[in-house]
Amino acid sequence: MIAILKYNAGNSTSVKNAVERLGFSCSITNDHDILKNASKVIVPGVGAANTAMSFLKETGLDQLIVALSQPVLGICLGQQLFCTYSEEGDTDCLGIFNTQVKKFPPHKQVPHMGWNTITMQPSHPLFENVAELEDVYFVHSYYCELSNYTIASCEYICTFSAAMQKDNFYATQFHPEKSASVGAKILNNFLQL
Amino acid sequence: MLKKRIIPCLDIKDGRTVKGIKFIDIQDAGDPVLLAKRYVQEGADELVFLDITATQEKRKTWIALVERIAKDINIPFTVGGGINSVEDAKRLINAGADKISINSAAIKNPTLLSDLATQFGRQCVVVAIDIKMENEEWFVFISGGQIATSIKALEWAKQAAFLGAGELLITSMNNDGTKNGFALPILDAISKSVPIPVIASGGAGTQEHFKDLFAQTQVSAALAASVFHFSEISIPFLKNYLKTQHIPIR
Repeated sequence: MIAILKYNAGNSTSVKNAVERLGFSCSITNDHDILKNASKVIVPGVGAANTAMSFLKETGLDQLIVALSQPVLGICLGQQLFCTYSEEGDTDCLGIFNTQVKKFPPHKQVPHMGWNTITMQPSHPLFENVAELEDVYFVHSYYCELSNYTIASCEYICTFSAAMQKDNFYATQFHPEKSASVGAKILNNFLQL
Repeated sequence: MLKKRIIPCLDIKDGRTVKGIKFIDIQDAGDPVLLAKRYVQEGADELVFLDITATQEKRKTWIALVERIAKDINIPFTVGGGINSVEDAKRLINAGADKISINSAAIKNPTLLSDLATQFGRQCVVVAIDIKMENEEWFVFISGGQIATSIKALEWAKQAAFLGAGELLITSMNNDGTKNGFALPILDAISKSVPIPVIASGGAGTQEHFKDLFAQTQVSAALAASVFHFSEISIPFLKNYLKTQHIPIR
């Protein structure tokens, strides 16, 4: 069973639809036991870091997430919540990735919205059977800095982490569930881990 | 590099696509989901579905359709038509729409914009603006372009962006349906004056019109309906052509 975290931020339905299109069954849940026992956990995200983190702390989901041992995928805000700190609302996050989330300077249109090219680490299991350069769909105003965990990068105003991994934690700044066939492949690679 | 987006628009009435379609290999051309899937395969970057159903009792059909679209379509899509309140928007977003587009309601009730942005995030909120040039000035029109206002296009565009719009969809009524090209000067002026993406609509007739739009203005996306529905322009050919013209295209 694939579990999609139900919390106060997120486009859970889009992610559920995408997982189901790939032939997997999944449920949107905040039940601690279901989350712990799921084969994979997805933390979706559209929303603000501060309100999302307060909710996770109030419900004890913050400690549950960092202790998960199965593959976990954070999407968009999900990736940002996996970092140590976000400038959005001056928020301490989950601290899985020892790196920070910054606001794009207003040099160009923000949010960074639309299809942009990512450069992927070719041998990475998340990107199996995906070309090294592909266009995927982004919508975000904050970005994760490049770090040792970066497995794909993208350029908009600066170069930032389009995807990250540490141990069983995977994350994408883009929306695989909205990135046509490329996104479906990446999501499928995660689900097959 | 961030790509310029090509967005087909589907007009929906009572759950069916309105305009005739010449895709010979689609059995039911009136089914918006089948047509949408076809556009996705062809490389559309986003889709817009506009509900032109006049009556409230057809709302349920519309919500059910949005749910079907969300299940089958793996690119972002916007829905518009008849959204007058946060509740209207919420039903569509819960059904799976990525963005909602509002037009007249935003002018009649500008606080609706900030309410929507607060509730769903501004990336969900597209403000559609119908504009028309009269005596060398661009004005905003409402109610499907039927009612003139004294509001200047550029002023409202800036105000909408300030209030909470995440994107603007600008339709030039002077150009719409002419197939003579987009309203480049005003689109350029608006896209340079707002800190959010602008989608241009009205006037697409040839591939060159799309090239001129992207080469001569700062707009982020082009929307068109009939040239795609009637296969006058094929999306794969258009995108290949734009690439040869050094426009950043997916």
